[in-house]
Formats: sequence, structure tokens, C-alpha cells
Amino acid sequence: MQALVIVAHGSHLNPDSSSPTQRHADTIRATGAFDEVKTGYWKEEPSLREVLRTVESDEVFVVPLFISEGYFTEQVIPRELRLDGWDVSEWDSDGLSADTATLTATDTGQVVHYCGPVGTHESMTDVLVRRAETVTGDPDVGEGFGFAVVGHGTERNENSAKAIEYHADRIREMDRFDEVRALYMDEEPEVDDVTDHFDSEDVVVVPLFIADGFHTQEDIPEDMGLTDDYRTGYDVPTVVDGHRIWYAGAVGTEGLMADVVLERAAEAGADVGAAVERVREQTRETPTAGD
Amino acid sequence: MTDVRAEQFESLVRRVEEEPVDFDGLYVAREDDSYAFETPDGSHDGLSEAGLHEAAADAAPYVTNWYYWEEVVGHRGRHRRAFLRKLEAADEFSVGRRYDELRDGMHTEWGQLRITATLGDDGDRRYEVRHEADEAVDAAELDEYTDPLNARELATSDERGRYRPLKTAPTLVDGWVFPALDGRDLVETVDTFYPATVANWNLEREGELDVSHWEETIERQTGIYGVVKTWNRGEGHEHVNWVAEACCDDSQCLKRREWQYDENTELDVDGGDGAFPCREPCSVVIAASRKWTRLEGEQSRTYEFDLTPSEKEQVEAIIDAVADGRVDDIREADIYEGANRYRTRFLRAKRFDEDGNLSGTPTDAAEDGDGGEDDE
Repeated sequence: MQALVIVAHGSHLNPDSSSPTQRHADTIRATGAFDEVKTGYWKEEPSLREVLRTVESDEVFVVPLFISEGYFTEQVIPRELRLDGWDVSEWDSDGLSADTATLTATDTGQVVHYCGPVGTHESMTDVLVRRAETVTGDPDVGEGFGFAVVGHGTERNENSAKAIEYHADRIREMDRFDEVRALYMDEEPEVDDVTDHFDSEDVVVVPLFIADGFHTQEDIPEDMGLTDDYRTGYDVPTVVDGHRIWYAGAVGTEGLMADVVLERAAEAGADVGAAVERVREQTRETPTAGD
Repeated sequence: MTDVRAEQFESLVRRVEEEPVDFDGLYVAREDDSYAFETPDGSHDGLSEAGLHEAAADAAPYVTNWYYWEEVVGHRGRHRRAFLRKLEAADEFSVGRRYDELRDGMHTEWGQLRITATLGDDGDRRYEVRHEADEAVDAAELDEYTDPLNARELATSDERGRYRPLKTAPTLVDGWVFPALDGRDLVETVDTFYPATVANWNLEREGELDVSHWEETIERQTGIYGVVKTWNRGEGHEHVNWVAEACCDDSQCLKRREWQYDENTELDVDGGDGAFPCREPCSVVIAASRKWTRLEGEQSRTYEFDLTPSEKEQVEAIIDAVADGRVDDIREADIYEGANRYRTRFLRAKRFDEDGNLSGTPTDAAEDGDGGEDDE
């Protein structure tokens, strides 16, 4: 028996915080790759303290639905899951390369394969691109388009900016979009000035955030000038300074995120069979070329 | 009448080849070339397989009961099994009595859930879950669900559409039913409405509940919640009584609070009567305590306010109405209620100055309020 537990932040105020987590769990549950798939939260229930006792399997793959390595993945989650002997050196990471560590949960005795966060996995780049396809409705989007990956910035965690740069570099290397930039909410280059950073008339803007909330639904749309008041909404695309801005909202709501979770677990030793391929196809919202 | 299906009988024979079956009053063993079969209703020795089949058919409830618990439910999920056993009081009642009662349905209250266990075909069990408020409602009038995960949407908002951050708050909406779940889906459904309550109930029953008291829970906190440690100033535990009275009372949360100030110091307020235990201060309590830690850093001062006796009582009535969540129940024109909107607006019009100060008395902003974000 093997179980998958996806752990996320959750919220006391916003029910949309955990809904993508639940949706990705549902996608993976439907593949049948795991005997059990559960979710656990810092701010919701089951709590990180109690989620492991809700799974019956002896072997549990825990994947954090977080964007970067830092306070939550290195301190809070291992502590609350009671992973015996955890030390961040177990991951031997440069801030982007955390993969997995195998430990025992002291309260349940389960073997826990504690994985690195989804946000730093290489397949997250594909989710960002898939998000661009979904928001434009074009499975071949790229030519004539600029691509902005948006992050919080380094104010609270330097690894956060590392993840943004990493994925922006990888999208650039694909040579698919005309221009690729990493932009930030609270440092230069700022997302407020998005149109200054692109020559392309069309720009897809994808925030590297797990869930939609205050930052992705209120701050960023207003800062970019998509709307004066987030409550009145905005069009996709919206023309700002002569550029068409295709604002995608949090990348974490894209169905393909389930693939990153699966790949993290598979690399930690989970037997997921053909689930990766299935999820990659099933979560596509635009027709593939030739369809 | 309960029958024994061929596969149930064959499973029994297979098991008995390995070792004697001894379960809930049924004893079956292989003795050289024959079988022994015993229930509280009688015993047989030297049975051929055909004879064993006949004896099993005559004692069908014992055989189908064994099959359900040992072959269908099994021992894999220890908490799940214990919970399902509880639903038919399996450790108290004989098989005969349980089968009689299951035919009519055996009810269990679990928070606001009403669970009914019934007998399906050939000793199989079926479980219905609905809101306790719908106890007497015809199932046809309730919205019917079959997938345990549907409980997630049902549990998200209260009847006014407000988000429920605490799953065990007594604000679960009614009007729905899961009419016929199997044991696995029943436990999944209960665990979706009330996460981890089945496991914690069973750990408590087995004497293994890992309670984490206030002291050790706040000691564990880091980051923005690390500040809560500073609230304990070696001046007793009255502040934690207030926290528990504010957040953990049965009117706010259906878990039975088992955590105390510390291992040796019980809180003075009631922990509640819930079926399932609360084993440590939850994230809602910790987040609220962070705010209180900051607010309680302030010193009391003496203010002078001019209020009539009725106005003083009205202020108390308003605080009570908000604290008890009754504001929306007070009728618009019920001016006999102190917390009535017109009464309250009148008080504000009369007693607030243009800056919103009660009785014109300034708060004195010399001490900062708090900054920072509350939901991290």
C-alpha cells in the first residue's frame, strides 16, 4: 500500500486557497496510481499534525504544494508531520534541487518520503507554458508573444526568486516565445511596469503562485493596470499601453499541476505506472495540434 | 432471513484450512477429515463439508457476520474498523441482537452527523449519513449524494454562504443525504466532514491519544506565531481559560477539548461533550492567540464614559449578541433588543463624536495598534 499526501498552506479566510489542491488530488486519485490520496493543510483540516493518521498505508509520499524551498518546506511541514531526524541537509539542495528524503513519522510509524516542493521541479516549466496555452486558447502559442513569469520577490525568501529565474530561463531556452522575463511584485523588475519590459504586442503573464488569492486576483491585476478595481474584473486580454496582456492568474490552478505532484512522488520511488502520461493528456484544456 | 452466499461459505472453508475461525461467537475448525462448528446456539462435531454447509446455513448470521468483518472490512484500517464496529455496538451486543437491530437501523450521532447502519444483502452492511436536523425528514426530500468527496462542498460554507474555516464548527448545512454507503466510503465521508476525528476517537479509545497541551503547542510555534510564547508570563493560566471559552466551547466547536494548560494544570472551563476529542490547540486558536498576545500586551486604563443605565446594559447586550452569533436573528423592528440595529444606530448617533469616539472620549493613539498580516 502506498499513499500520496499533498500538503498545502490553506486559509482561514479564503475557500479558493485549497480548491486547486483538492482538484489536483482528485485528478491523481482518478488515475488509481495510489491506494489513497489525501490533502493536509497548515491552516485547514486535516491539519499537517493529523493528516498522516488519516491514511492507512505504511508508506506515504508527501508532496508540498509550495512554490519554493524555504520556511514552510524546510521547517514547518517536517516539524508538524513529526518527521523523525529531519534536517534540511537531507535534501542536499542548492535552493532549487530538493528531491526527497525518507524518514519515519514518530506518531504513526509510517515511512514518509518527503519530497521537494512542486514549484522547483523542472516539469513546472511545462505547467507555466500549458497555462499560457489555456489562457490564450492556443495550443501553439509562442510566436509573436512575450512571456512574463511573476513572483513575489526576495523580500521573504531568496529561494522564491531563484525559482522564478529558473523557470524563466527554461522557457527562454525552449525558443518558443519571442521574449521571456521574470518580474516581481516587490522588487525590480516590477510587474507594475510589465509593458516596459516587452516589445511584443501580446504578452502572457503567469504568476508562479499556488492558488488565486489577494496577490493574484487583486494586487497584480491592479498593479499592471488591467483594472482600477479588481471587483469589476478585467478582460483577457486587456490592452495596456498598446500591448495585449493575457493575464493567466495563478499557475497552480492549471490542471497539469497534478503532473508535477506525480513526478515528485515517482522520483521519490512511488510506482505510478502510466499515470504521468494520462494526467498530461487529461488535463489539457486546448486541442492538441492536428486535432 | 439471511442467507450464506457460495463465496462466503467458500471463504470460510479456505480460512479454516489455515487456522480455526473464532470470531463474534462463531467457532469453526478443521479436525483431521471433518469440521467442528459452534455458535452460542449449538455445536456440531465430525461434520463433512456438506454437513458444514448445512450448519453454516442454519447459523447464517454468524457466518455472514464473520465474512463482513474479516473478509470485507478486514484489519487493514485499524481506525476504520473500530469505528464501523462502534456503529453497531459490536463489542457489546451479540450477533443475533445486532442483526435484529440493524434491520431497523442503528443510529449514531457524530458531531452534527446522524449515521444509520443497516443490514444489506447476506449480512453486508449499508450506512446512511445525514444531518441530525434532518432526522425525521423523508430521504426523498433531501439532496442525494453517493461520492464521499461531495462532503467537501457541503462542508465548505454555512447556511448563509460564509466560509467555514473550522470543519467541526456546529454550522454544517442540512438538507442532504448519503443514503447507502459501504463501510470504506462511510468512513471517508465522515472523515471529509470532520477530518481525523475517526482516528483521534479510536486513539483515545485505545488509550493512545497524543494530547499536546497549550504550553507545548505554543513552544513549538515559530515565525509569526512564535510571539504567542510571550503571552505566558508566569501569571497563571487565566488567559488560556479565556481562549478556550472563546473558541472551544461546544457552541463554537464540536470537538471535546482534551488539551489543558499543561500536563499538570487543567483549565477551569468545560471541555465540552463531543463524541470526538480535540488533541491540541488548532490553527484557528493559534492565529487568534497571536492577535490576543499583541492586544494583551496593552495595560488597562481608566476611561470616563457617560451612559445611562439602560445604555450600559445595551452595550452589554450588543457584546453578548455578537459573541453568541445572534446579530442576524434580531428582527429589524424589535426595538426591545439592545442589539437591534435601530437601537444601536441611535446609541451611535447620540454617544459617538465625529471621530467615532464613544462619549467623545479619545482612545489616545499614543500606543500603536498592531500591524502585519493576520492570515499567514
